[in-house]
Amino acid sequence: MDLRWSDTELAFREECRTWLNANVPSPPLASGDTRSGFAAHLEWERALHDARWAVVSWPEAYGGRDASLWEWLIFEEEYYRAGAPQRVTQNGIFLLAPSIFEFGTVEQQDHYLPRMSSATDLWCQGWSEPNAGSDLAAVTSRAVRDDADGGWRLTGQKTWTTRGAFCTHLFGLFRTDAEAVRHRGLTYFLVPLDAEGVTVRGFGRLDGDEGFAEVFCDDVFVPDNPFGAPADAAAAAMARGGILGEVHQGWSVAMATATSERGLTLRSPGRFQATAARLLDLARERDGEGRLGEALADRVVDAWVDAEAYALYTLGDVTGIVEGRSPGARSSFNKIFWSELDVRLHEAALDLLGSDAELDGPWMKGYEFALSGPIYAGTNEIQRNIVAERVLGLPRK
Amino acid sequence: MRFELTDEQVDLRDAVRGLLEDRCPPDAVRAAWDGDGRVRAAWDALVEMGVLGALVPESAGGLGMTDEDVVPLLVECGRVALPDPVAASGYASAVALGALLDDLTGGGLAADWSGRIASGAVLLPVVDAGAPLAGATTADGFLWCVADEVVLATPEDVDLQPQRSVDGARQPATVVRRSGEVVATGDLARRVGSAAAERLAVGAAAELVGLGERMLEMTVAYVGERQQFGVPVGSFQAVKHQLADAAIAVAFAMPLVWLAAHSLAHSDPDAGRHVAAAKLRASTAARHAAAVSLQCHGAIGYTVEYDLHLFMKRAWALSYEHGDPDACRSRLRAELGLAGNSR
Repeated sequence: MDLRWSDTELAFREECRTWLNANVPSPPLASGDTRSGFAAHLEWERALHDARWAVVSWPEAYGGRDASLWEWLIFEEEYYRAGAPQRVTQNGIFLLAPSIFEFGTVEQQDHYLPRMSSATDLWCQGWSEPNAGSDLAAVTSRAVRDDADGGWRLTGQKTWTTRGAFCTHLFGLFRTDAEAVRHRGLTYFLVPLDAEGVTVRGFGRLDGDEGFAEVFCDDVFVPDNPFGAPADAAAAAMARGGILGEVHQGWSVAMATATSERGLTLRSPGRFQATAARLLDLARERDGEGRLGEALADRVVDAWVDAEAYALYTLGDVTGIVEGRSPGARSSFNKIFWSELDVRLHEAALDLLGSDAELDGPWMKGYEFALSGPIYAGTNEIQRNIVAERVLGLPRK
Repeated sequence: MRFELTDEQVDLRDAVRGLLEDRCPPDAVRAAWDGDGRVRAAWDALVEMGVLGALVPESAGGLGMTDEDVVPLLVECGRVALPDPVAASGYASAVALGALLDDLTGGGLAADWSGRIASGAVLLPVVDAGAPLAGATTADGFLWCVADEVVLATPEDVDLQPQRSVDGARQPATVVRRSGEVVATGDLARRVGSAAAERLAVGAAAELVGLGERMLEMTVAYVGERQQFGVPVGSFQAVKHQLADAAIAVAFAMPLVWLAAHSLAHSDPDAGRHVAAAKLRASTAARHAAAVSLQCHGAIGYTVEYDLHLFMKRAWALSYEHGDPDACRSRLRAELGLAGNSR
């Protein structure tokens, strides 16, 4: 074990911290899940991009710094420690981009990734449907072949689409083979939301913000990927959408995304350590007023210990990834742990606040958001099935 | 940055795992209940391999390794529920004596005992004079670290009052010391006592993680075989989800134990909170794994004929020893600056 950071990594941390201290907006921006707050967050995203902090681990050509996974962890730790704004671009950067890096053509990478890192294209995820939530393979939205125009025609409804009302593009699963069952016969589509036939309706999440949307596709045309076409023709076609990976192979493309969603890329430990630090500050404040009992103090202690445990566990994950060992199904361990930890951290804070807990403030807002953690990215019930069957090896039936 | 065992540490751990699976099967633990609480076949093999002298300096006949090398081996001791005092003698006493080796008063005796530990003699640290001490009846000596004084006591220096433990292999006794040789006082004694106490806590934490892993493996194997309603009971979600939760608890306790070992090896100023966090989570995780394992086994687990109880009872005992959850939380409250004394 070697828990020391290298000089380069320490310098990187210093550079992150200095920039964040000078640039993090104060007072904090309004919620990025509201129309006005989203606009303010877009400005922040563009500032991040201009200073090359938007996607530190990406290649420089796509707006990154070629940072190592360790440096990415450091960046995340500093980002949350500084109390920087939520990343309204995260579903593109953390969920779609890993699949583009793995399954996209060079043309797709060159076209989509710089536009994503600069917050020019804003991506939302189109997986869930009214009758396909945890049972993702039950999607019924379909794409029908249009040979005459050289592409596909998409029809169906997606829902619970985070920030769908504010985004410009959707990545989603559509059924391309009506005969194939379940996860076979699905294809991963990239769809501009301004395409003809797309209707988006935003609606309120638990906290009342318009952070959810329904996306209706009515005969929406998406062209074939233009292999070997002249550059401008290819770009024009890609601007109208396309397919990521092979036709009918959408499930495996989506699962690559799911692994990163459940694992550490979406929820780096810095986020929970920062929350634990704020919880500890709140507890000390109550303690100083003589208003902290032992039972509640112990819950703060337990939550703090678990935030540390999560951080350490991810150090092990990153060590494994850097050395070529994939966490695989074990990423479901992380998803269950961090999502339930986040709820416990916020519950402890609300209990410290007592009768003030109900009042508008960051802890209640954070609590409402934390409650989504055990539901999204595959409910924790699904994750427990995955852990039991694919990590422990229990029988499926 | 690298948070993983080295290749050498993995090789050593795997060698110890193979040896213990061979020399300490559940029947050997069962026999230790009826005997003197020892599994000599395993102990002698560990001595021969150098495990008991791993932390003894090379100058005193040991291997001069660190906490980080030895803690993974204690996880292995836990996995087989080895009752012998590897953690107490080969880890806690060996390290504590290391602090005495250069001392004019105690150095000679400490060097002598260090060499004897490496050769398989048992020196048990006593950091809490009132607590039952597992394995006391077969100890060759006691490293008495109480009240700012370190005394090396032989079995002739003490009176033992054997107690019955829920875990029949532990065979604890309360120890009353009548005489012995004072080898340190004051600050040095406090350093020795603290070195012993921290290692006892981390040693128990490591064993608890190993016990938790083993109980879950036994249970996963059992519920995969056991058929009810025409299907393996392990195919039911109610069973799967309990096991998933326990597996997560154990998996997230392990890195805390590694961090504690690392911090002790490097004299990190935060070592105290890391030790308390490790012992807290190892205790709660192993107890969680024990409860789930019993429930998922059903009635067969609720017998002394089936092996599960050998592991479960060890987990119960170790979860209270050298820092029970309440004591760990109390220490962490102090470390984190929370009085938490309002009513």
